[in-house]
Amino acid sequence: MSTSATTDHAARGASGSGDVPALLSVRELRVHFPTEDGVVKAVDDLSFDLAPGATLGIVGESGSGKSVTSQAIMGLHRGTRAKVGGQILFDGVDLLTISDEELRRRRGQDVAMVFQDPLSALHPYYTVGNQLVEAYRVHHDVSKQAARARVIEMLDRVGIPSPQARFGNYPHEFSGGMRQRAMIAMALINDPRLIIADEPTTALDVTVQAQILDLLVGLQKEFGSSIIIITHDLGVVAEMADDILVMYGGKAVERGDADTIFYSPEHPYAWGLLRSMPRMDRLRTERLVPIAGNPPSLINLPTGCSFHPRCEYATAELGCFTTAPPFDAESDHPVRCLIPHTERLDIFENSVRPSL
Amino acid sequence: MFAYIVRRLFSGIVMLIVMSFVTILLFFSSAVDPARVMCGKSCTPERIEQTRKALGYDKPAVQQWTAFLGGVVKGREYPADEALRKAAPQLVVDCHAPCLGYSTVTQQSVGSTLWTKLPVTGSLAIAAFIMWMVVGVGLGIISALFKGTLLDRAIVGSSLLFYAFPTFAIGIALYTYLSLKWHLVKIPAYTPISESPSAWLQGLFLPALTLALVYIAGYVRLTRAFVLESLSEDYLRTAKAKGLAPRKILFKHTMRAALTPVVTAAGLDLGGLLGGAIITETIFNYDGLGKLAVLSNAQFDLPMIVGIVLVAATFVILANLIVDLLYALIDPRVKYA
Repeated sequence: MSTSATTDHAARGASGSGDVPALLSVRELRVHFPTEDGVVKAVDDLSFDLAPGATLGIVGESGSGKSVTSQAIMGLHRGTRAKVGGQILFDGVDLLTISDEELRRRRGQDVAMVFQDPLSALHPYYTVGNQLVEAYRVHHDVSKQAARARVIEMLDRVGIPSPQARFGNYPHEFSGGMRQRAMIAMALINDPRLIIADEPTTALDVTVQAQILDLLVGLQKEFGSSIIIITHDLGVVAEMADDILVMYGGKAVERGDADTIFYSPEHPYAWGLLRSMPRMDRLRTERLVPIAGNPPSLINLPTGCSFHPRCEYATAELGCFTTAPPFDAESDHPVRCLIPHTERLDIFENSVRPSL
Repeated sequence: MFAYIVRRLFSGIVMLIVMSFVTILLFFSSAVDPARVMCGKSCTPERIEQTRKALGYDKPAVQQWTAFLGGVVKGREYPADEALRKAAPQLVVDCHAPCLGYSTVTQQSVGSTLWTKLPVTGSLAIAAFIMWMVVGVGLGIISALFKGTLLDRAIVGSSLLFYAFPTFAIGIALYTYLSLKWHLVKIPAYTPISESPSAWLQGLFLPALTLALVYIAGYVRLTRAFVLESLSEDYLRTAKAKGLAPRKILFKHTMRAALTPVVTAAGLDLGGLLGGAIITETIFNYDGLGKLAVLSNAQFDLPMIVGIVLVAATFVILANLIVDLLYALIDPRVKYA
């Protein structure tokens, strides 16, 4: 694989060592949507690696390109107006260049997906059992009875009580948490090597969220799958992720293992995310600090560093308003920031960490 | 479910009863005296009075209405006036249930007249229905799947063209060119299906096509919109993510959801059409309920108008019920109790 030096650097950090060949290598991924108002650069120059069995958390606000990335991996942009570029290497095979038929065979079998809102992601007109049987029989040439047995086994595994009876229920007859369990069963039914969970707990009650995350973690251990978990909630990745990718305006702004992102983050946006996260180990009188402003329009990204309008440390001298920051070679993990490395560490230690 | 159907049928009957009262008020609000019409051209004031009594038009509105309802349920005898019946028992006519009275123009029973027109209108409505459903829904699906392409624009554009033209223009154009000038189609005429199915079909083709064209335009757009909406549903993304084959995604996952609203519209449109396709029947001289309605209106044949209104209303009410039941069949989330 021949990639440029910057890309190599960009890929470093996530998934730790380079000894184990990555299950998934995303290289300079671009997903652009041409619209009448201009090109929406939903994902731009995104690279990361994911080792077998590892968990990557992709974090960012709405419109940062998280979900578009996951859909690109699933090949769900095919047949739409989206322009997808770069490489998505799954086990060495570029998912962007394989045939539709080959991609279809891999969907659900190699890579499976758990969606945000299980009520709308399940078909309202078919029973849960029917939809799971369908998912299994796409990839396994078995009788309906055998598929049914497998589905009931999976429903049981994800903790749905009396799965025999629940098999014939419609999605609207399930509770929110049970629906998401069924979605997870559907994703796992073909024993995929990679599961992409796109905001899997966002639509659920807080009390159910932890259960679903525990379930995912437990099943991951059991099945040995890699997981990409997409969320805007740092609490979710804190619980699950080995590596974290912070996205802003369609780009990766910082990437590192979970400890790095939580304890020594270097990007001002990552600081902002941490400061706005509620924590149990803090006094209740302390206020959360929101990130000022709104996520940028992906059609008209701010010039220079796209985070600069919301960044309290951005200055003209650093070039924040004019220069798009590359990954900072000084840092031990990929960070796109123009503030000099030492100064960044200084700001974090002295003014950010105390307020966390 | 059964209780629901019974309740709906009951409320439908109540609705018909209310409608019958409203339509019978026509007899009082209209400037035309039905007794005068019935009596004919050479009529004396005495005979008008006698006719009025015989038909019961001398009674107050509520009494006329209850007499009418009684006639529908258990039949009634004419003359309506008891004294007249006693005076000339040999002239008493028994109108069997459901008795809708007698036409003031043709003196025929309204019920049996409607009964002879029903198959004509029914044939026309059902033939048109099949055409517009097959062509309209089919083209709608195609244009949704090829959204934004030349094909899509051609389909939507040409359907809009037919939508914009009034039925009589389309009907007359088709009649003139296809039938009279180019002799591609036989001159339309109604033949009962029991007589000759092929003649029935041939005679039906042009009027049904005329009627269907207008609906096709609507259904292309309706189907296209709902298929597109269904294509953007989250559950379709799930279906794709499962690795399902495109054909299965289309037929199993997209169509069932997209066609639910189309079925609703289709049921209601068919129900409405069974009450008579006024313009089409008139253009092609089809002797159905629609043409009868026009004629009855022109001749102030009030009993006939009341009959047509009630028959048309019955079809609409039944169509509504059937559509609601179909809905429950298609969508498991819909439950009636």
